[in-house]
Order: sequence, then structure tokens, then C-alpha cells
Amino acid sequence: MPRKYIVLLKVVTWVGCLSPLMLLVYEAVTNTLGPDPTANITFTTGYNTLLFLILSLAITPVRSLSPRLSWLIQFRRLLGLFAFFYGTLHFFTWIALYTSFDVNAMVSDILKRRYITAGMFAWLCLLPLAATSTTWSIRKLGGKRWRALHRLAYVAGIAGVIHYWWQVKPGVLSPLNMTIALGVLLLARPVLALMRRGKTQAA
Amino acid sequence: MLIRKPNDIPSSEITPRSAYERFMARRKFLRTAAGAAAVAGAAAVGLDGVTDILAPRTHAHAQTKLKTVSSPLTTTGEQLTSLEDVTHYNNFYEFGIDKSDPAKNAGGLPTRPWSVKITGKVKAEKTFDIDSLLKLRPLEDRVYRHRCVEAWSMVIPWVGYSLSELINQCDPLPSAKYVQFISYYDRHVEKWSGQDATIFWPYSEGLRMDEAMHPLTLLTFGLYGEMLPNQNGAPVRVVLPWKYGYKSAKSIVEIRFVEKQPHTTWNDQAPSAYGFYSNVNPDVDTVPWSQKSERRIGLPFWQQHRTTLMFNGYGDQVASLYKGMDLRKYY
Repeated sequence: MPRKYIVLLKVVTWVGCLSPLMLLVYEAVTNTLGPDPTANITFTTGYNTLLFLILSLAITPVRSLSPRLSWLIQFRRLLGLFAFFYGTLHFFTWIALYTSFDVNAMVSDILKRRYITAGMFAWLCLLPLAATSTTWSIRKLGGKRWRALHRLAYVAGIAGVIHYWWQVKPGVLSPLNMTIALGVLLLARPVLALMRRGKTQAA
Repeated sequence: MLIRKPNDIPSSEITPRSAYERFMARRKFLRTAAGAAAVAGAAAVGLDGVTDILAPRTHAHAQTKLKTVSSPLTTTGEQLTSLEDVTHYNNFYEFGIDKSDPAKNAGGLPTRPWSVKITGKVKAEKTFDIDSLLKLRPLEDRVYRHRCVEAWSMVIPWVGYSLSELINQCDPLPSAKYVQFISYYDRHVEKWSGQDATIFWPYSEGLRMDEAMHPLTLLTFGLYGEMLPNQNGAPVRVVLPWKYGYKSAKSIVEIRFVEKQPHTTWNDQAPSAYGFYSNVNPDVDTVPWSQKSERRIGLPFWQQHRTTLMFNGYGDQVASLYKGMDLRKYY
């Protein structure tokens, strides 16, 4: 893929990734966040965390489908960092609008409410990934260790989806799409590895 | 006469579906600031013709108005939640799980003709036509706080009369210890009911007899002085201001007097989260949410936060119903 297209696609990705936040800001300014602004902000930031995390996890398996898709790697870090970005906004929304910055309330929420425990755990998984997202970190850690560490993205995804299921009412199926998407990605890694092994043996 | 066949309803009392739809369409139009400004501007200069074009059939509005009287049981000192939010932020899962779904999807609910069956432990089972229910007692304006288990709240001016007035007409037997409410269900009309959630319909709710007889328990026909919009549980529902919203069954087709505690829909879904009593109680968490505080609907996010009150602030009136009960056990 020619460089100019990559640059163009990067611009498009940035705009796409920022658009949920821009929309929230626009709605906040125009007072159109809806009947329950707090819930809207919470849902939008949380939903996009999972969305960008799943998109970033999709890059590797999609790339392996064809050598012609290898350029996709240049978007993985961007998507992953946006997942962390929205996760952090989601986290701060909880701190500010649900606990009112009360540390005791935060601690009791984390200990008592399993969906908050799961959400907190997911965010903590993303934290070291964001911290080691630079090229310098990859070199410092070494590719093998860096890759092992970044498998945490899957753990964060699983915890995030559990967090989603645990906070909807029992019987409500809205987290199903995200769950299926993550399930497919979790299966894709071993399946693709098997296929690769099959190929090398045949050759 | 209380028992009437549907064809006894005087045709003058039936709001034509088309008129209602025009009314709703007009309301939708009015939602846009530009539309409202245009109408206001046109009205200001007296251009009745223009107003008519912009907002046709304004009289449809008047047709749905209810004649009401004031009530000492109304809640004072609260800012009302806007009609727009009350009618466009609803949990009515038969019409979809998103808060905006019921307003979009409930148009097909056939609210006329409508009758409510009285069954179970009563001297004689009978059926009330909606028009006879509307005329049974004077309709009262009652402002109530409304607290959803999802930790949001509203303040709604309902229209109705105490459910006890109807129960007194039903001659329940001494063995009637509980009252069960069954909501309308037709999967062809409510085709969203099976899509995004696994719930067994029809919706069923219930109260202990003394709760049902409490004067605050409102048999509700309207809000903001008008007939209930479909998405709010037309044409008749109950409202229990000291309990979480799901106890207030919508679009009721049957009231059953029973001896044993009836099954209730959300209790079936998750007994540990949704108890039979479901009284608003900041000290008892409802899995997964904390119930200590709530978000008032329709305010900027930095003004939404409210501390939740025991019995939603109606403790003076209702606490005696639960004297001696461990409210942690009977949540």
C-alpha cells in the first residue's frame, strides 16, 4: 500500500476514533445529551472502549489472511490506544459522576459490585499495554516478552465483555454482538496458528 | 352499569387512531426548536392558517385531555420532569429494550376497545370496560416521584384515582391476600418482546392486599392532564411511588385476586436482584446496582445526582405497612 494512502487512512482513522468523543462534546455543549446525560456519557465511553479494543484485536488475524494486508499493522497501536483512551474516560466518568470523587465509595463499589470489579480489572490490564506502546518499549522489552505482555489485551477484552453482561439486566441480550466478535477473535488465533503449521508441514 | 360490552362505548368517546397519530406527529414536530419557534411566531402574528398548516388538527390535543380534580396526596416541592422526557425515556420491554424504543414502537397498542378482567378470589368475576373505569371516580392530578431500579428518577404528574376505589367494587373474598396484575401481551403487536431480551410474557406484577389498598397506590389513566400515551402503559396502569418502577404494571388487562404471593416478571428473571416487595431502599443494594443515589432525568450531568430516600420519600405514608419486617430479607 502506497504511503500516501496510509497517511490518508490514518487521518480517517483518527477522525473515526475521535468522532464518538466529538459527538459527546457537541451534545454536551448543545444540551442534547438526552434525558439521562450521565448514562449516555457512561455508555458511549464504555461501548467505544470495547469496540476499539475488539478492532485492534482483529488486526492480527485479518492480516494473516493475506500478505497483501500486512500494512494493517500500522493501525493496531492507534486502535489499541484509543481503546485505552475511551476506557480511561469511562473510568473517570465513574469516578466523577457515580462516586463523586469519594474514595470510600470507590473502594466499596469495586469490592461489592462485581461488574465494577471486572471493569476495573479490564482497565488495569490495558494500563501496562498503553504504557509499553512505544517502539522504544518494544526494543527495551524484546519482541518476545512484549508480545507475551500484550496478550493481556485478550484478558482485558474478556473482562470488558463480562463487565458489560454483569451490568445489564438479567435476560437483556445487548452485549451479545460484542461477545460473539470477541469469541471469534479468540478462536481465530489458534485456528490460524494450526493452519500455518499445516502449511509449513506441507511445504 | 359496570359491565359493558365494547360496542357500548359511545363513538364520541373514542379517540380516532388517525387523530391520535396526528397529535403525536404534531408533538414530534413541536420537538424541534425551529418548529416550535415557527408555530409561536405564526401564532403571535395571528396567522391561524399558517399555524394550521404547521401544526394541523390542534383539536386532537383537546380530545385527549382529561377532566381532573386536585388531590391532597400529590407530592409538592419537586420540579416536574418534562413531558418530552416522560414520554420518550421508557422501560416497556414488550416494545424494545432501548429507552427510546417504546415511543417509536408502541403506536400499534390497541387501547380501544379495552377491558380489564377481574378474576380469582372475588364474589363474582367481572369485566370493566375502560370507559366505565374512567368514570368510576373523579380523576385526580397526582405528582409522584418515580424511581427506577436502574438508579434514575423522574417526577411525573399522573392522573388517576386510588386503586382501592376499584378494589372496593370487586368484592374480594377474605381469602384474597394478594393482587396480581397481568399486562397486555400480543407478540404480533409487540414483536420486539422476543428480540433483545429473554423474558416470559405476559408481564406479571403483584402486591400484598394492604399495599394495593393503600391510598397512594394509583390506578392511572393519564399524565400531564392527558390520556396516557401508549409508551407509558395506556390505557390503564398502576403507579406505586414508593417502589421501584417495574412494580407499576402497564397496560393492564387483568387484575387477579389470589391467596398466595403471585409470580412477578423481574423476580422470575433474577430473584436475588428483584424481590417481591421492591420497596425503594438506599440501604439494600439491588444486584448489580447500588441504590444509594439516583440520577434525576432531564438535567445536565453535573446536576443529576440525588441521594435516594427510604421508600422514595414516602415513608411517612407507607412505612407502617412493613412494621416488624426485616427489609433486608423482604427486599
